[in-house]
Amino acid sequence: MKSGRVATTVGVDVPDKMKSRIPVVLLACGSFNPITNMHLRLFEVARDHLHQTGLYQVIGGIISPVNDNYRKKDLVSAHHRVAMARLALQTSDWVRVDPWESEQVQWMETVKVLRTFLTQMSRKTVQHHHSELLRSLPQTEGLDHGRAGSTARTAGPELKLLCGADVLKTFQTPNLWKDAHIQEIVEKFGIVCVSRTGHNPKEYISGSPILHRYRHNIHLAREPVQNELSSTYVRQALSQGHSVKYLLPDAVIAYIKDHNLYTRDSSRKGSSTQRNEGKPSWGEPAPPPRSSS
Amino acid sequence: MENSKMEVVLLACGSFNPITNMHLRLFELAKDYMNGTGKYKVIKGIISPVGDAYKKKGLISAHHRVIMAELATKSSEWVEVDTWESLQKEWVETAKVLRHHQEKLEAGSCDHQQDSPVRGRPGQKRKWAEQRQDFSQKKSLEPKTKDVPKVKLLCGADLLESFGVPNLWKSEDITQIVGDYGLVCITRAGNDAQKFIYESDALWQHRNNIHLVNEWITNDISSTKIRRALRRGQSIRYLVPDLVQEYIEKHDLYSCESEERNVGVILAPLQRNTAEANS
Repeated sequence: MKSGRVATTVGVDVPDKMKSRIPVVLLACGSFNPITNMHLRLFEVARDHLHQTGLYQVIGGIISPVNDNYRKKDLVSAHHRVAMARLALQTSDWVRVDPWESEQVQWMETVKVLRTFLTQMSRKTVQHHHSELLRSLPQTEGLDHGRAGSTARTAGPELKLLCGADVLKTFQTPNLWKDAHIQEIVEKFGIVCVSRTGHNPKEYISGSPILHRYRHNIHLAREPVQNELSSTYVRQALSQGHSVKYLLPDAVIAYIKDHNLYTRDSSRKGSSTQRNEGKPSWGEPAPPPRSSS
Repeated sequence: MENSKMEVVLLACGSFNPITNMHLRLFELAKDYMNGTGKYKVIKGIISPVGDAYKKKGLISAHHRVIMAELATKSSEWVEVDTWESLQKEWVETAKVLRHHQEKLEAGSCDHQQDSPVRGRPGQKRKWAEQRQDFSQKKSLEPKTKDVPKVKLLCGADLLESFGVPNLWKSEDITQIVGDYGLVCITRAGNDAQKFIYESDALWQHRNNIHLVNEWITNDISSTKIRRALRRGQSIRYLVPDLVQEYIEKHDLYSCESEERNVGVILAPLQRNTAEANS
């Protein structure tokens, strides 16, 4: 893990100090239609925030594009959305895209995605510990002695949901989320929320009894640079033939051009499918109409 | 139709300390807007980092600022960096930078007219020369400058509003900028740019030469915020191009010490214009 920047500038987050910290993986769910620099920024801001608490070490980030069955207006196929996210993350040394959610037969609630990834992670941690143990056994000399004593933590890393403040707000939208799911997310996982213009996350928390009860598990990070960039804006600009350079990585723009995505024609095609206007582009997808009660 | 469009070169002057994605977006927005009017064709963008003699607080050496701007525009097909302003010993007024680039374009177009036949393939040379002769006979009555692209100053609303800061700009320079060259100004929707133009006689007079481009989303990536984030050990990724971020880290460009540069020194334009006003 590259922690050079933090180490040289501030001088507190030296790797040794990181060792006693709780390892965290950040999971972002959403449409990523397409992925933009704003999505990528959320990860950076969230990681900086958690590191500055002194309690956590962010060891990874996962982008999980929503399933096609979410049926949101203008949603291009998951195959493309995953490919674009992958291109965008080519140069990241800590965030990766995971296509699992998008490859399922059905749309799936965010809490189930969290459960699945946590299970995967703990399985890997067990394997990792096992192999570490085997490797360190023959080494009787050196630094590994002290380290073995300090790594009392055998539990795997924590998985937290990364989201924008707009998602916290949608927790109040009737019938969008099940209360039990909200509770499980904040109780078992935790949320890192990055504030955006026009949102007051503290208000959303105090306005919800569940969020308020588990508020210690909701980390509020502030993006120092306000930016109203959204995928919707990018799609609009593209359909008007305007430049989107510097709003998303060049590799993603090239992919969009090559595959003729988000042109006026392609959005007309998309509008014939189920519309879900007004729903957040980032966060819990609305339940498919047939399953809504 | 294509020929009747005025060719435009967009010039952005500023500290670029460091260059951010927001600076680069200004060019994209301005080009889309100008081309969209149907009257203009943007053929080039120029980034002209200010010289060190500008004496702005926290301004690091032009050498680094130029390299960062060059790295940032590496992937651009139409925006480039020009070092002329940054290499001047004294601070140069923006009106003079505009004039320099307009003159360069005029000189370039003369060179171009003389060189073109030679540059063509041998077989085409004579034909091209003949065509040119016909062309120049027909057009000889029209002013030659018609074909030379026009330099326009590209800026954000903050620059437009800085016209109101006492002693920062000479009033004749403002008149020259909007009168002789023109302004393409990116403003946030609901910004007071329109009102600002209305309230200034010089700007109002040349309002047809001021193009206000509405940006609908807030994009608040200022260099000041980038430097602040760096001092605090926060990530600036995706706010500046990756190559710029790597360069900053590699050379450890921004720190609390670098921010202290020029502290207590009067900004060059203020110093010069105040002195002239008092003499």
